[in-house]
Amino acid sequence: MAGVAVSTTINGDHVEYLCQPDETLLDVLRDRLGLTGAKEGCGTGDCGACSVIVDNRLVCSCLVLGAEAEGRQIETIEGMAHGDQLHPLQQKFLEHAALQCGICTPGFLIAAKDLLAKNPSPTEEEIRFGLAGNLCRCTGYDKIVRAVQDAANVMKGA
Amino acid sequence: MNFDPRYSGRNFSSVGTRPIRPDGVDKVTGRARYGADFNMAGQLVGRILRSPHAHAIIKKIDTSKAEKLAGVKAVITAADLPDLTDGDAAMYDILDNCMARTKALYDGHAVAAVAAIDARTARQALKLIEVDYEVLPHVTDVDEAMKHTAPLINDAIFTEGLEEKPVKPSNVSKRTQYGHGDVHQGFAQADTIVQRSFKTEQTHQGYIEPHACVASVNPDGTADLWVCTQGHFVYRQHCAQLLGLEASKLRVTSSEIGGGFGGKTHVWAEPVALALSRKAGRPVKLVMTRDEVFRASGPTSATSIDVKIGARKDGTITAAEATLRYSCGPYAGMWAEIGAMTAFACYKLENVKTVGYEVLVNRPKTAAYRAPSAPMAAFAVESAVDELAKEIGIDPVDFRIKNAAQEGTRASYGPVYGPIGIGPTLEAVKNHPHMKAPLKANQGRGMACGFWFNFGGQTCTDLNIGMDGTVSLAVGTVDVGGSRASLSLVAAEELGIDYSHVKAIVADTSSLGYNDMTDGSRGTFSSSMATISAARNAIKILRERAAQMWDISVDDVAWEKGHAVAKGETHGNLGKLSLKEIAAQSGKTGGPIAGHSELVADGAGVSFATHICDIEVDPETGSTRVIRYTVVQDAGKAVHPTYVEGQYQGGAAQGIGWALNEEYIYGKDGRLQNPGFLDYRIPVCSDLPMIDTQILEIPNPNHPYGVRGVGETSIVPPLAAIANAVSNAVGVRMSHIPMSPPRILAALEAERERFSR
Repeated sequence: MAGVAVSTTINGDHVEYLCQPDETLLDVLRDRLGLTGAKEGCGTGDCGACSVIVDNRLVCSCLVLGAEAEGRQIETIEGMAHGDQLHPLQQKFLEHAALQCGICTPGFLIAAKDLLAKNPSPTEEEIRFGLAGNLCRCTGYDKIVRAVQDAANVMKGA
Repeated sequence: MNFDPRYSGRNFSSVGTRPIRPDGVDKVTGRARYGADFNMAGQLVGRILRSPHAHAIIKKIDTSKAEKLAGVKAVITAADLPDLTDGDAAMYDILDNCMARTKALYDGHAVAAVAAIDARTARQALKLIEVDYEVLPHVTDVDEAMKHTAPLINDAIFTEGLEEKPVKPSNVSKRTQYGHGDVHQGFAQADTIVQRSFKTEQTHQGYIEPHACVASVNPDGTADLWVCTQGHFVYRQHCAQLLGLEASKLRVTSSEIGGGFGGKTHVWAEPVALALSRKAGRPVKLVMTRDEVFRASGPTSATSIDVKIGARKDGTITAAEATLRYSCGPYAGMWAEIGAMTAFACYKLENVKTVGYEVLVNRPKTAAYRAPSAPMAAFAVESAVDELAKEIGIDPVDFRIKNAAQEGTRASYGPVYGPIGIGPTLEAVKNHPHMKAPLKANQGRGMACGFWFNFGGQTCTDLNIGMDGTVSLAVGTVDVGGSRASLSLVAAEELGIDYSHVKAIVADTSSLGYNDMTDGSRGTFSSSMATISAARNAIKILRERAAQMWDISVDDVAWEKGHAVAKGETHGNLGKLSLKEIAAQSGKTGGPIAGHSELVADGAGVSFATHICDIEVDPETGSTRVIRYTVVQDAGKAVHPTYVEGQYQGGAAQGIGWALNEEYIYGKDGRLQNPGFLDYRIPVCSDLPMIDTQILEIPNPNHPYGVRGVGETSIVPPLAAIANAVSNAVGVRMSHIPMSPPRILAALEAERERFSR
């Protein structure tokens, strides 16, 4: 099968790659571009571990084709911190111990970033429903919700 | 130096604080490397072909077409994994589970595997493998499997543990019995007896990271395995034995692990990846799909349990009895035995008897799941205890307090307890504001207790002091939830330095002596014991070096708060030498400074918890919501309290999923119908409330800091606590887990019919 030439922007950098027409964006990120921060927990869009933002929209990258990234703006976990300055969500996840094994953490951080971009002052219920597409099996979500609440407060003050 | 592991009270400076974990930044930036995040030069993609049948003889496998496909570098079947287990039945079962040898024993059982240049070619190759099956009758239900008429899964299984060896094989691999006293006499003394049967369905550990590994076997007999595992030393032993490799030539590196909960304690696909690599002569990456994870890894047992408990009017339990049947998958297990041991462990009983039956079924090989076997037994027992308290007319908390085990109680499974936390957790629950909060219509409150043994085991740790005075701590217990933070705290505590000057890592199998896997809540318990021992050995050397620097006797040097201090009147002018100052001179005073420790961490203190739960049931739909949840558990000593809370919350959430939603659903064809996160629904963020925690600290006398394991006990009470809450809300005793909406509606309907008759 002939490869598809794709020209896109990932975390602000211009990127070009060849991918197969049936290859997912997640596989392109992980296997072709070495961006392994997005994880495959299910491959069916049920766990959110592969969450990325495409043109300001939160998606499961396992449900997007690599070819569909043409001309888009993609944000992944690798672009969340600015240099050595962690994003407030990253910092609050650390302070609140909002991760145990950490496999779901990149997806949660991307989903939470998208949530706060659209709703800077979410209630607990809005956080819980906003993050309901991301599965965590370790924490029971308690500390994740608290970390997002705390980060929202910090970001509003900034 | 002899190490004294006994508890000695002390004022902690590092232990008990809540610093950021050392592996944290890697995990919030996406840099942490898990099983599937590692690659090697020339790596191939491995894929496994799995049986679509629950039970079938494998008559023939033709791999010739797959082998001819361009890009396929190796195809293997059981023939490529010859039996090297030398009569070790447990290892043979693991081998057969990795790759079916003569029969496929469950839907999803591996029958062949390929390694190809990419995933697409590998998938194509699987379709070209022709397997000739003779489909056999199957059985997936635990009670059905025990019947004489059930299809026989393994004709070499004759029930062990009976007075006489049976003449016929059966699906029951073992009968076990625990207890003491005379239950017949005990029940005769009872004023009230509750007797009831319970069922729980099979659940999966549900780790978000599928099993993943990269295997590389070299022509010279050396090999590397990168893998997500709870125990890389155990994986090394398993793989070396199954592949015929020398253990020391197989280096296993544990990746970051994306959840295990017991499900990553024995090998599944790793020997297959190694065999593929050996045949192809190239490294092979093998990653399970989610479908494969559900169909072929994990899960826990499905159970069927009968409980009978009797008590006097004053609330004293006079006798307790349980029969527990646990599914083991298609191989012999010890799951019912663990259930039989834990069932009544919370109580002080004069007459108690439990009998366990290990039952073979055509389902995946049962694996440990967080306090394996205890939640189901606790569900049955704690439900019956609640019902008994109600019938006698005593508050369920007071009833449990009256019968709770204490220091000196002989446990129902044999040993006599030391200082334990069941009474204190119950007292804390009795006085908790949660118990007094008002409830609304359709809401109910329940509580329940839970027990877990905890485990210690073989442990080896290295502590190296750099010339800049910072400390590298190499441990061999895989970090499943923050133990690098807790172990760094322990090293800092013992050495008397700041936490920020310690960095803990998990060393690979070639860098450290053998460690048992991270199971039995042993990670922090056992590795902290070895870390304390290693630090004390390092301190001995630090004192010697300080003595050398001062030119005095080492007997005159003490170690206080991170400093060597000269003792005695003649040394009054010597002041102190910091760890950093001593380390800086180490090149001139005898070379690197390190402490090493290898030990068997005996004396893991048993653990108890009591949970409170409020739920609301929608009588129209049968849907249940948890609206408030409180965990009270004894930690012995909480080394990093935030991660202890995390363990309490995570176990409760898993228990909530088990109680309300999660179950393996098999069709009549014996195939799993819900092998994905859409249909096997684990709790999501919007399903749960905040989970409140209360940490009690009743020191474990067998650990220098009093630490007990904390990881597993929290999943034991939720099934029962929620069942008690639902039963209180709807007025019907729920006896089948999960309490999914159809089951609750059916129970309500049955109750209405009972009243209308």
